[in-house]
Amino acid sequence: MKKKKTLFQTVEPYLYILPAFIFFCLFVFWPFGKTLYLSLSRTTPLGEAAQFVGLQNFINIFTDKDFYNSLLVSFEYAIMMVVFSIALGFILAVVSNEKMKGKAIFRTIYALPMAVSAAAASVVFMFIFHSSLGILNRVLGTNIGWLTDSKWALISVTIVSVWMNIGMNYIYITAALQGVPDDLYESASLEGAGFFHKHKDVTIPCISPTLFFLLIINVINSLQAYAQFKMMTQGGPSNSTNVIVYEIYQEAFINSRFGVACAESIVLFLILIVLTAIQFRLEKRVTY
Amino acid sequence: MMKSKIFKVIIYIVNIIMAMIILMPVVYCFNVSMMDMKEIYGGNFWPSHFTIENYAQALKLAPFFTFIKNSLIVSFAITAAQVVTGALAAYAFSMLKFPGRNVLFMLMLATMMIPSQAIIIANYLTIADWGLKDSYAALILPNVAAAFAVFNMRQAFLQLPTEIKEAADIDGCSNFRFFCTIGLPLVKPSIGALGIYVFLQSWNQYLWPLLVTDTVNMRTVQIGLGMLQGAESTDFRPVMAGSMIILIPSILAFVLGQKQLVNGLTAGAVKG
Repeated sequence: MKKKKTLFQTVEPYLYILPAFIFFCLFVFWPFGKTLYLSLSRTTPLGEAAQFVGLQNFINIFTDKDFYNSLLVSFEYAIMMVVFSIALGFILAVVSNEKMKGKAIFRTIYALPMAVSAAAASVVFMFIFHSSLGILNRVLGTNIGWLTDSKWALISVTIVSVWMNIGMNYIYITAALQGVPDDLYESASLEGAGFFHKHKDVTIPCISPTLFFLLIINVINSLQAYAQFKMMTQGGPSNSTNVIVYEIYQEAFINSRFGVACAESIVLFLILIVLTAIQFRLEKRVTY
Repeated sequence: MMKSKIFKVIIYIVNIIMAMIILMPVVYCFNVSMMDMKEIYGGNFWPSHFTIENYAQALKLAPFFTFIKNSLIVSFAITAAQVVTGALAAYAFSMLKFPGRNVLFMLMLATMMIPSQAIIIANYLTIADWGLKDSYAALILPNVAAAFAVFNMRQAFLQLPTEIKEAADIDGCSNFRFFCTIGLPLVKPSIGALGIYVFLQSWNQYLWPLLVTDTVNMRTVQIGLGMLQGAESTDFRPVMAGSMIILIPSILAFVLGQKQLVNGLTAGAVKG
């Protein structure tokens, strides 16, 4: 037997959700709609829609070499980021998962880059990469313009980003390692598997859901990177580090072409949605 | 047995080398902030003495205390707001039953699919329209609620045994009273973890404060650091001193809350 609910009891649950939803509507759903709308409009330099132009902005960006270049640079960056930051996070997690003295200290150190801001990391590495004063060239005995040579600039920024991202990957992989059943390792040892085989045959399959989760998160984060590019290279030299968010920023706030910038934002959004969908499909197939 | 001992030593050495590599940029940053010009040109790694000269220089070049004040106000406000909006929504999504619960929850998760960078222009235009540019409100409002906070708090509430809520219902304890006096205290560790995470994120954010602040007085620490870089492009020492100043609060928050942070972050993630 159910009592009839009073009006308050009916609406009460929604009141708890209301504050969060008001802000989601104002600062996520509404701007998303607005971005879509502006991407289909010719805009004034103040960012108001002046005229509906259909897909013209999209046609413009897809006939523009610079935009293809940004997409390419972003993907190169994302792929390097994902491979190196997950691989290093994994290595750190595995070597610090063994029983030893000072384990807690290693764990703190490995996760620490998470706390360092992109701005601070950028200025420190700018000095490390400095062509005449920087310690990297001194140690290697080279004279490379790490941030000024278009061959090296993207790789250099990637190194900084990998360092910044290791902490998060390390934390998630370490947590996942705790969930690997000990008896799997024991039976692997009984079969004579060494350190590397054990991790290849037991650890990686066991934590594959976490690795896929990190793959998604890392790609999504990488495609949204901005601060390190703004501070270290400003998209240069000769557009070699002009990632998509930097390109969007330039179009909107330097060239005042808000419609074009919004069209580029929509493309970014679509790429991220497709990637996420693919990852979810892969994840299902691999683990179940 | 001999073999396992050698293995242990190798693992230990690998860990020490890795730790040194990971820590190097932060240590180097501190070292350079202590150096004089001669040591910079000499390419030293370790400074020969301790000095606050570069810190004084950094404070002279840019109003760092103002930046720190701004960042603290904004970060604490965002942290409090996300914990409150997150906990309230999470409580309803996990412990109350109502029509449309799943649909609303999915809708909320959908906000995670919309990357903040893809809507940042529209948000900027909204804030500019409202005449809020260059204010704390501009820095805080877009971050009052986050799907991550709701999702994270929901995981915490879901871990509480359902019997507690049922017993409270039978005793006639109102939903809101349960939330305040029983629910929240029980998920305190998760609140701590979420709080530290959100604080770090807010303290470290870059693009949004860059867009919505114009005057020096409203800049946050991360943008302020860039000002040092522009001020004297050849001298890195004050920049490193500035970096140390803005790193201290975030590293402190991280080290103090590391355990909770790690547990909280990974609680909601995919199980390994």
